[in-house]
Amino acid sequence: MRRRRLIIWLTALAALHAVIVCAGFFAPYDPVEQDRQRPYLPPMRIRMVDVHGQFHLRPFFYALHLREGSFDEFQESTDNTVPLRFFVSGSRYRLLGVAPCRWHLFGADGARVYLLGSDGYGRDLFSRILYGGQISLLAGLLGAGLTVFLGAVLGTAAGYYGGWRDELLMRAAELFLALPWLYLLFALRAFLPLAVSPLEAFLLVILVFSAVGWARPARLVRGVVLSVKERDFVRAARGFGATNSYLLRRHILPETSSVLLTQAAILAPQFVLAEMTLSFLGLGVPEPTPSWGNLLANLQQYNVLVSYWWMYAPAVAIVPFFLGYLFLASSLQESADAYKTR
Amino acid sequence: MRYFLRRLAQVVFLLIGVSILTFLFSTLAPGNYFDEMKLNPQISPETVASLRAQYQLDRPILVRYAGWVNSIAHGEMGFSFAYNSPVAPLLRVRARNTLLLTVTATLIAWALALALGIWSATSLGRLPDRAISWATSALLVIPDLVLALGLLILAVRSGWFPTGGLVSVGFESLSPLNKLRDVAMHMTLPVVALVLSALPILVRHVRAAVSEVLDAPFLRAAAGHGIPRRRLLYRYALRAAANPLISLFGFSVGALLSGSLLVEVVTSWPGLGPLLVEAILARDLYVVIGGVLLSTVFLVGGNFLADMMLYWADPRIRTEPGGR
Repeated sequence: MRRRRLIIWLTALAALHAVIVCAGFFAPYDPVEQDRQRPYLPPMRIRMVDVHGQFHLRPFFYALHLREGSFDEFQESTDNTVPLRFFVSGSRYRLLGVAPCRWHLFGADGARVYLLGSDGYGRDLFSRILYGGQISLLAGLLGAGLTVFLGAVLGTAAGYYGGWRDELLMRAAELFLALPWLYLLFALRAFLPLAVSPLEAFLLVILVFSAVGWARPARLVRGVVLSVKERDFVRAARGFGATNSYLLRRHILPETSSVLLTQAAILAPQFVLAEMTLSFLGLGVPEPTPSWGNLLANLQQYNVLVSYWWMYAPAVAIVPFFLGYLFLASSLQESADAYKTR
Repeated sequence: MRYFLRRLAQVVFLLIGVSILTFLFSTLAPGNYFDEMKLNPQISPETVASLRAQYQLDRPILVRYAGWVNSIAHGEMGFSFAYNSPVAPLLRVRARNTLLLTVTATLIAWALALALGIWSATSLGRLPDRAISWATSALLVIPDLVLALGLLILAVRSGWFPTGGLVSVGFESLSPLNKLRDVAMHMTLPVVALVLSALPILVRHVRAAVSEVLDAPFLRAAAGHGIPRRRLLYRYALRAAANPLISLFGFSVGALLSGSLLVEVVTSWPGLGPLLVEAILARDLYVVIGGVLLSTVFLVGGNFLADMMLYWADPRIRTEPGGR
């Protein structure tokens, strides 16, 4: 039962990530392709029935044009329908970052389809959310991976070797745990270069995350290592003349794996959120590269907030990911506890 | 008494440590406030150099640190390049607003969390408990950025609450009562956002602590003696459950300070958050250092308060020889 729940959440999360990884295929357009004629276009209604009450087998939409005498209100031009086409060939992208490809899940001839509307430059918000997820999720996952790795190394060093290393590392960890993480993030980010390319910003953000987040996994790993190294099988192995590196590799590190996995599942969404926060405030990944944070940054302008509600869509898009990670973490925790009490 | 003095000494050392660290990091940081001016052809390099000299940015770090400590003694905390004024008065106004927000949010969040947590713990497994668990899980998966933005959109579109700023236009001409009302209306949005983001974790901990105590042998014995349930709960159970919750209080102050940083920026509340972000973007060195230091003071203050409450509430700590 417990195992089945774990598998369900894992599959759901994997499916969500697959959509983001293959953003190029699911997104109809390039994320930076502009259409200056159509800024802040509201989401289009995908219809099956046209204005004359006639049913169409193929879903379609009406192209939008500016209302007469208005400069920002759009209207559906109902005289001709634009059918949605599936598996169309469109703008070039690289599938998984390598294979060049032109296939898109859907698209339309004659008019651009905006499932979730467009932003101030007429860029397709749906495509930008999918591509933005690549940056945000990758930052979260790499950040969590690096943090957990750092935590494992430092925690093992503290727990296995003890002595002054233990004292020093644990005092530092306490300091890092005591300070609120957003302030730490800010303080670190404040003293790193501001004007950087998207790639540099991305790497910088990941480095800052692991510098802030290593303390908790390190403490947990230290606790596990402390208890494992006194267990009989480890003592026996040492009695047979096993070296330190063999003991660590073969007997001690495997015991920490469930703690590390759970920590990674907890940290990944936190870091996704941290990337969003930094980019939202203009301290993370810069435009025009989309990330979930800088997509939301548009909402800092009052007129966007009042008139263009669909710019809030990126915020809604991330909730399923958080749900998935939260339940994955709690199922991992549960199965680790069950393993312990068995 | 010795216990408090020891804690106080620790706090002072922590603050000195943080100030030295921030200074060190600031010298490692590439670029400073006056770099932007170098791009402007109308400002000669000599002017930029003399400005840098005026603010001692070309001096070694030890000299700058000494100068900064000296300016704290004069109640200035360095000089803001962007605002062209000493840092302390800038920070004072912003800090007051941030404190107003976080203190209110902390009180409301804890009042709600205690009520809901106790309700949940006394109805374990039944409908109220299940409903509260569901609600907290739902709130837990909504990140505070998303929550704050959502509330903001709601407020803007419905017009129920004013958004942005501390007071309305024409605040000066209002009567004292209306002034209070005006500030309260402006505070509603950020406070609700903060409370909702802090609530789920607090409720869960209160529930866990209270239900664990309710299960303890001494309370079962007391119930067996026929002591009324209400008295049992508020007189004995809460006291016993207080210890972990008070430690959590110190932690929640930190979380709320972190959260308010973001919520302030989102709802344009004139607190430390927006000031800090602006200062980082402008490389306004001393404002950043002052802001980080001041928030450390708040945080440590919150933890100190929690320690004092723990000392007052838990006799086990008082009787330990020499404090902790």
